[in-house]
Amino acid sequence: MRIRNDIVIVGAGLAGMRAAIAASEVSRDLSIAIVAKTYPIRCHSVCAEGGTAAVMREGDSFDLHAWDTVKGADFLADQDAVEFFVREMPKEILRLDNWGCPWSRTQDGKIAQRPFGGHSFDRTVFAADRTGFHEVHTLYERMLSYPNIVRFDEYFMTNLVIEDGEVKGLTAIELKTGDIILFEAKAVIIATGGAGRLFGFTTYSHQVTGDGLAVAYRAGVPLKDMEFFQFHPTGLIPSGILMTEACRGEGGYLRNSKGERFMEKYAPAKMELAPRDVVARSMWTEILEGRGLESPYGPYIALDLTHLGEERINERLPLIRDAAIKFAGVDPVEEPIPVRPVAHYTMGGIHTNMYCETPVRGLYAAGEAACVSIHGANRLGSNSTAECLVFGRVAGERAAEYALKKSYYPSTDFLKEEEKRINSLFREGEESAYEIKAELNRTMDENLWIFRNEDGMAEAVKKIRELKERYKNVSVADTSKKFNTDLTFALEVGFMLDLAEVVAIGALKRRESRGAHYRTDYPKRDDERWLKHTLAYYSKDGPIFEYLPVTITKWQPVERTY
Amino acid sequence: MDVIFRVRRFDGEKSYWSDFVIPAKKGMTVLEGLYYIKENYDGSLAFRASCRMGICGSCAVKINGRPVLACETQILHLNSTTIKIEPLDNFEVIKDLVTEFDGFFTKHEAVKPYLIRKEDRYSEPEELIQKPEQLYAYYKYSLCIKCGACYSVCPASSSRDDYLGPAAMTAAYRFIADSRDEGDGERMQIVCGDCGVWRCHFAAECSEVCPKKVEPAKAVQKLRFRSSIYMLKKFFIRW
Repeated sequence: MRIRNDIVIVGAGLAGMRAAIAASEVSRDLSIAIVAKTYPIRCHSVCAEGGTAAVMREGDSFDLHAWDTVKGADFLADQDAVEFFVREMPKEILRLDNWGCPWSRTQDGKIAQRPFGGHSFDRTVFAADRTGFHEVHTLYERMLSYPNIVRFDEYFMTNLVIEDGEVKGLTAIELKTGDIILFEAKAVIIATGGAGRLFGFTTYSHQVTGDGLAVAYRAGVPLKDMEFFQFHPTGLIPSGILMTEACRGEGGYLRNSKGERFMEKYAPAKMELAPRDVVARSMWTEILEGRGLESPYGPYIALDLTHLGEERINERLPLIRDAAIKFAGVDPVEEPIPVRPVAHYTMGGIHTNMYCETPVRGLYAAGEAACVSIHGANRLGSNSTAECLVFGRVAGERAAEYALKKSYYPSTDFLKEEEKRINSLFREGEESAYEIKAELNRTMDENLWIFRNEDGMAEAVKKIRELKERYKNVSVADTSKKFNTDLTFALEVGFMLDLAEVVAIGALKRRESRGAHYRTDYPKRDDERWLKHTLAYYSKDGPIFEYLPVTITKWQPVERTY
Repeated sequence: MDVIFRVRRFDGEKSYWSDFVIPAKKGMTVLEGLYYIKENYDGSLAFRASCRMGICGSCAVKINGRPVLACETQILHLNSTTIKIEPLDNFEVIKDLVTEFDGFFTKHEAVKPYLIRKEDRYSEPEELIQKPEQLYAYYKYSLCIKCGACYSVCPASSSRDDYLGPAAMTAAYRFIADSRDEGDGERMQIVCGDCGVWRCHFAAECSEVCPKKVEPAKAVQKLRFRSSIYMLKKFFIRW
């Protein structure tokens, strides 16, 4: 079946829904489709907890927010994009306020803000510790009021149609029926989130498998800076569920087995509120040097909130308390939470400029799926939901303007080809997609974790290539049409293998340490050789790499201390 | 400890039960058990899941007869050697544990669950003042994750297809009680209508099963009070 719209947005998280609203605000005459593999409110953005950064009050400034972001990024962020981003943010907070977001408030009823890691002002706007959840529901609800936005819930994207450097649409499986649908569009926005399920120990939802990244990459769109993966300091063990940075923003401590607040050794000024790469490395060092606490699930670090008191925890961190009790049997009011650094955020993504434009005409990307880049080598906490709002809007507006100018609908014969490709996957093979995924997770956790080195990464590349070979013989045993998650799982694993290869080879090539990419064999930042973005292009024999200069406006790289 | 998962299956034509042996460990959730089945025994088992932390609302199923989120239910806490897992009641089954949610979301949409302001300031938004006590007047009701647990046990929803149901009613109240909202009249009309609050039987089962303790029954009660006043007012204005 063919469905025709002016704009198709893939992914219904914060960025995708913000884009849909923005496009609709440009013109109610545009038909806008939002296609996603889950219902919008089941997206991973609901897991964002701590808050969203914006300059709202006297004492703070755009330059300060931008500087914090650039320094946090270890100078790999494009500064023109960062400056634009911080200026646009406050309005997004107010829009969400006007659309019903239950922001936490000060006593006099104003929007409250809390401290966050790497920010030198209390600028994180929040809704208790369910910020992403409330932002998603607010956008979803607001979206319902636009008659020209049509939802296609539970449609799984399989391919992007690009011909002659121009996007023509995409194909997706309608999960309910198993039918393959061709969505024809003048413009397409990819907002499918990151690729965190490459790792085994991760905060990511099960659904975040980097589909949009892989589909774009295979269709010839370059991926940028994929070797930069964020490890959040505090993942609950053993599940990896996120224990928000707001725990520390509200005053929580990190302690080792001796009860010491060890961050005073690593970041004496910022302590627990240093940026995530710094804190995660410090925690991992404590663990490697034998000062972790012991548990049946391996060593951990104690996240101590007990001194905050029950009332503050209930008001500011209710979800954390609930999750720690339910998933670890620990009440943070009474005892410290067992945590360990955990794979959390994909700084890299689809290469775009600051207008969310990819090198392909009519194709845009926004949110975690995109790499603008404002996060560079390490994202600051509460800048990701913010990015989704600002660049979701930009992508929506740009796509709308592009679609309004384009007089014709592209047409393509791609549907038959894609049906054939998908149907060929139903077969009895010797390999299990589930086993391949488990092995991929193990090699990523082992070799592309917080501390990396040449041998480990080379081993990972070898392993990933072996898995790719084995994947050619993968089995999809379930041949039924309706809601075939055996098939979608196999497709996701195929996506993840391609992305893992880009991450691993990109990391192997980058012989320096910058932000979240830390190499024990090259422990220093090397601005002379490596102050540049990585671009990876797809080829049948593996990724081909190019490099791109970083845009610097005001801030020359300096040594990064906290 | 080995536990048997007895899962209600549906392949589009026939229903049947499948049994699987799960090596349950301390802390292992029912959702992890379902993934264990998919990874080790039967890749065709269909269920919805995403966040595995009780916030996305995907994985509500009936476990030993009670609707719960599979991700936050620990196997060993159930204290049974055989665990029965079924799709939610009151929803049409698509495959195995996956049910049709389109209707549920359409009902939610019907109550205009968004902030309505007389003046829409998209380009120049302004900060609206909301005191903490005004926030807490509705905050609890904004925590609904739309998992469908309430709807699955609602006797009014099972007997009348057109009743909007507890989640939609809660959403309506959440906005009516928000000090920033100016859409009272518009929304009240829907809530008081034929498919609205007066259909509720007051079984209050919805509040019993809500995994987020949102208390939809209380929202319905508060809405009934408001809707009585609204109807009286309308009556007198007409006269």
